[in-house]
Amino acid sequence: MSKKFREGANPMNMNWSRWKTMLTCAFLLIAIAVCDVRTASALPSGKMIAIPAFARKYGLPCSACHTAWPELNNFGQVFRDNGYQLMNDRDSPIWQNPSYFPISFRITPSWHRETANNQVFDGAGGPATATGAVTQAGFDLSGMDLWSAGTLYKNISFVLLPSSDPTAVWHFESAFIRFDNLHGSSWLNIKFGRFELDNLISEKRFLFLSNNGGIYQIYHFDNPCGAAPCNNFGYGDNQIGVELAGHSANSYTRYSVSFLSSNEGGVNFTTDVVPGAPPAGRSYDVNLAFSQAFNAPGPPGESGFGQERVGAFAYIGHRPTAYQTLDGSPLVGIDNKPFYRIGVAGDLSYKNLELMPLFMYGHDNPYLGITPGIASTQPTLPPGAQAPTFYGGFLEAHYYFNPQNVALARFEQISVGQQAFSNIGNGSSSNGNITAYSFGYRWYPIMFSRAGVALDWEYSRVRTIGQEPLSGDGDGVIASPFAATWSSSIYFGIDFDF
Amino acid sequence: MTLKKFAVTFALGSAVLLSASATRSTAQSHVNSPDPLLGTPSVATETSQINGITGHAEGGKMLYRRFCIGCHGPDGNGQGMNAQWIDPQPRDFTEATFKCRSTPTGTLPLDQDLYDAITRGFVDTNMPSWRPLNPQQRADLVAFIKTWSPRFAKEKPGTPLTIPQETPITIESILHGRELYQKLECWKCHGPEGHADGPSAATLTDSKGNPIKPFNFSTGERFMCGQTNRDLYRIFMTGLDGSPMPSFADVIQPNDAWDLVHFLRTLQVGLPNQELTLWQSYKAAHGKDLKPIGPDSAGGAQ
Repeated sequence: MSKKFREGANPMNMNWSRWKTMLTCAFLLIAIAVCDVRTASALPSGKMIAIPAFARKYGLPCSACHTAWPELNNFGQVFRDNGYQLMNDRDSPIWQNPSYFPISFRITPSWHRETANNQVFDGAGGPATATGAVTQAGFDLSGMDLWSAGTLYKNISFVLLPSSDPTAVWHFESAFIRFDNLHGSSWLNIKFGRFELDNLISEKRFLFLSNNGGIYQIYHFDNPCGAAPCNNFGYGDNQIGVELAGHSANSYTRYSVSFLSSNEGGVNFTTDVVPGAPPAGRSYDVNLAFSQAFNAPGPPGESGFGQERVGAFAYIGHRPTAYQTLDGSPLVGIDNKPFYRIGVAGDLSYKNLELMPLFMYGHDNPYLGITPGIASTQPTLPPGAQAPTFYGGFLEAHYYFNPQNVALARFEQISVGQQAFSNIGNGSSSNGNITAYSFGYRWYPIMFSRAGVALDWEYSRVRTIGQEPLSGDGDGVIASPFAATWSSSIYFGIDFDF
Repeated sequence: MTLKKFAVTFALGSAVLLSASATRSTAQSHVNSPDPLLGTPSVATETSQINGITGHAEGGKMLYRRFCIGCHGPDGNGQGMNAQWIDPQPRDFTEATFKCRSTPTGTLPLDQDLYDAITRGFVDTNMPSWRPLNPQQRADLVAFIKTWSPRFAKEKPGTPLTIPQETPITIESILHGRELYQKLECWKCHGPEGHADGPSAATLTDSKGNPIKPFNFSTGERFMCGQTNRDLYRIFMTGLDGSPMPSFADVIQPNDAWDLVHFLRTLQVGLPNQELTLWQSYKAAHGKDLKPIGPDSAGGAQ
């Protein structure tokens, strides 16, 4: 073994970083001990993307394309932007050995503990008479991704991602074909199908897995408006439509314009990818994204700090407020009203430290703050209805001890700017606000060009006022609409990808 | 959890993270530390100079581990875990033998040569273009790659080849280049029509004894070491060290070399170019007067 890589060069060698791992475990244990851990329940973990099929195809280690899989580094971003091509004349499917297996599996066996307080449950006094915390804990499975992606022909790429929840209910998370480098230009690429929005900070490729840490709350936040979400839009959800995108040769400059159905990525003219969803309307949404990267010089005598990327996005959408009906059953959404989300984001490096800030502002038409019904005519705005708005964001930090060890932390805060009703939540301006903290550590003992394994430790905690946390467990009914509801996750998973 | 408890947790976590990173930073200054990411003293001091950028081997070390180790291996000898499936085999950095150089055969390359190779990648191999890495990162990698061989510490790179102004592209130049192609026996490997099917093609091996194919001009592919006429000139004047492609610097004069370049371009039928257009016009009128290239044309192809 080389002197330069005495131990760490072999990805199977687990000795060299043991002390750091132990420190991090100690940190997590301290966090668990200090924090108020009382209750839990279980939900599937988030879907994420990493494709060892590509590593097998090109003989590159996971770390070539990922800072820590599944998060992409710039080399991986360029590869993806080029239509899953390295542009070294070995991209064509005919280059592959017939035994090449173009499919990747990903699933995460785990143990986790979920807690939510301020919950209602049955007590001595009868149904729903007790309040307190609900806790669940035990071994579990995540959902499963069954990835296939690559090139159909030079400059024609595809993704097909059937994905299941832990009970093996399947749907198509992503499915698209992409025509790359039209007219020989990297600035013209067209994607057609169901795909993730061109987010600078991707929720599909991030490093958290736990129930509470496993989503960006703001990517799924909508203002509280009553018993149910009124606007079902989630910026982190895959959408369906067509996307025009382009990038410079090194992907430092990137843009995308997406033209999407106003149905939250739903299929079969409904608003979801599973059966039974409400019908969609006939309108369209638009998403715009732009980002620019640059290299930050370091101090004299040292290498630079790394690549810094900043970007902005805007999503302009519509949702129906009434339905064309038959015998009272909704057929097609009508009377669409607009909403938008705008924001800025960054991916900043300082040597081994990566910081990812995001800020988003959301604004809905007042009609989208009314609990949706199935009326065949547009409802009348009730007294006190007003345009719901919110703002907030997060700051996520990764520290890469090396390509196989990364420590994670995230702080997220969302504030409601204007309530959907002036009297909702007893008129409290903080009704629906979310504060979330997540900490984690991922260790990749196996990072071959054939497969990857990561051990994932997390602790995450979410506080919501007057609402059930978006990611929360418990029974779904809060005891006091004026009190804060805490939901927390303790998580250990073995994340493997083949 | 109260805010106070959270603050305590956050402070403890931050302290652990910071102490871990601080420990590593401190350790970096001590070459005898057990930290496996630490390098030898040469790793700590080796640098590269590329267009005003100073590359640092210590910075390149982490990058090597992230991007290169799978093929080039933990010892830099081209025996990474993927090497057995790769054809052609990854470069063995310990030999300090590099194909794409601007320096004479047998000498060390310039830092810029290594930088260009990393940036460009090698067409028709598993080595991609690493242009997505920023210039500083590529410079750091160059500095680190140089630590694999003691030659870089002992020797200076060769004097770079001076490439004279390209001569005009004329039919006379092409015809003379064709004569040289015959005379210098390029056809024995590359084939009479540049199809890589010369009589020696099947027997070629690299310096490690691995089978190697000559370049097939007819596909119109990029050259391994660039794509311009100057790149082509440089390739056969410096040779591709480690491969059977020799240097012709001592054999032909610069003007002759440009003639050969112009003829070689006519073999690239898959890549429209000025030389090919001119040659096709000439062949249409005088094709029957041309002697075929090959063993029967000893003494000149024209």
